[in-house]
Amino acid sequence: MPVNPELVGRDFAPTAPYLVGREKVREFARAVFADDPQHSDPAAAQALGYADVVAPPTFAIVVTDATLQQLLGEPDSGIVLQNVLHAEQKFRYSRPIVAGDELTARLSVTGIRAMGAAAMVTSESEITDAAGEHVVTATSILLVGEGDQ
Amino acid sequence: MSALTNLTVGDVVAERTVHLTRESLVRYAGASGDFNPIHYRDDIAAAVGLPGVLAHGMLTMGLAVGTIESWLGDTGRILEYGVRFTKPVVVDPETGADVTVVAKVGAVDDESARIDLTVSFNDATVLVKAQVRVRTV
Repeated sequence: MPVNPELVGRDFAPTAPYLVGREKVREFARAVFADDPQHSDPAAAQALGYADVVAPPTFAIVVTDATLQQLLGEPDSGIVLQNVLHAEQKFRYSRPIVAGDELTARLSVTGIRAMGAAAMVTSESEITDAAGEHVVTATSILLVGEGDQ
Repeated sequence: MSALTNLTVGDVVAERTVHLTRESLVRYAGASGDFNPIHYRDDIAAAVGLPGVLAHGMLTMGLAVGTIESWLGDTGRILEYGVRFTKPVVVDPETGADVTVVAKVGAVDDESARIDLTVSFNDATVLVKAQVRVRTV
């Protein structure tokens, strides 16, 4: 089954709020070799004007995982995880993610381009905080192959 | 005045080599929630035709931008960060993999700069168009 072109413009519900924990930020920072103290030491983060430790830039991908699950969960998507290759990733920030943030992501599929039997799917996850303010938009381009398994 | 106000295209602002092991991949899997087994099981990687267990693309993307953080000071200066994933980083169970990152000034305007990251493994570029736009004022 090829990727369903009707995914473009479909309305997806916002994800359940994700509460960013200080230890999670420290754990993620260690995993991506982000050793700057702003990620682990609250005093260092506060010296830069943040309420608590600052998440590394790519932490936004953890929050967008729920939107990828939404996309894969659409029964008519034509997208099977095993056939998905992450081709491109981009983040556009209004501010960094900080421990204590309660974040919600909203998915939209903005483009599907056929490439032979495969398709390039562009999805955007707009991440907002508890006040509804924009934090970061994550744009993923997925190369989706064909196949039912 | 900070170091960010006197940038010249071509300047290397930071560089490092990060040694990845299988432990690094398991750690990233746990921290990120990405438990795709091609990142820790040789049998599954082989079954889907891969040359070996691969580092998560998002791990490579994450460690690449980490290279400029000390230079940048505040990661809140990062306005945009994007990459294209082109070649996989194969992490050998015994010897691991060395990923090298060189960060150069690619373009400068009145308020921001584009930092181009060259990210390589085994002398091949693994991320293409790895660019960070940072606020300089």
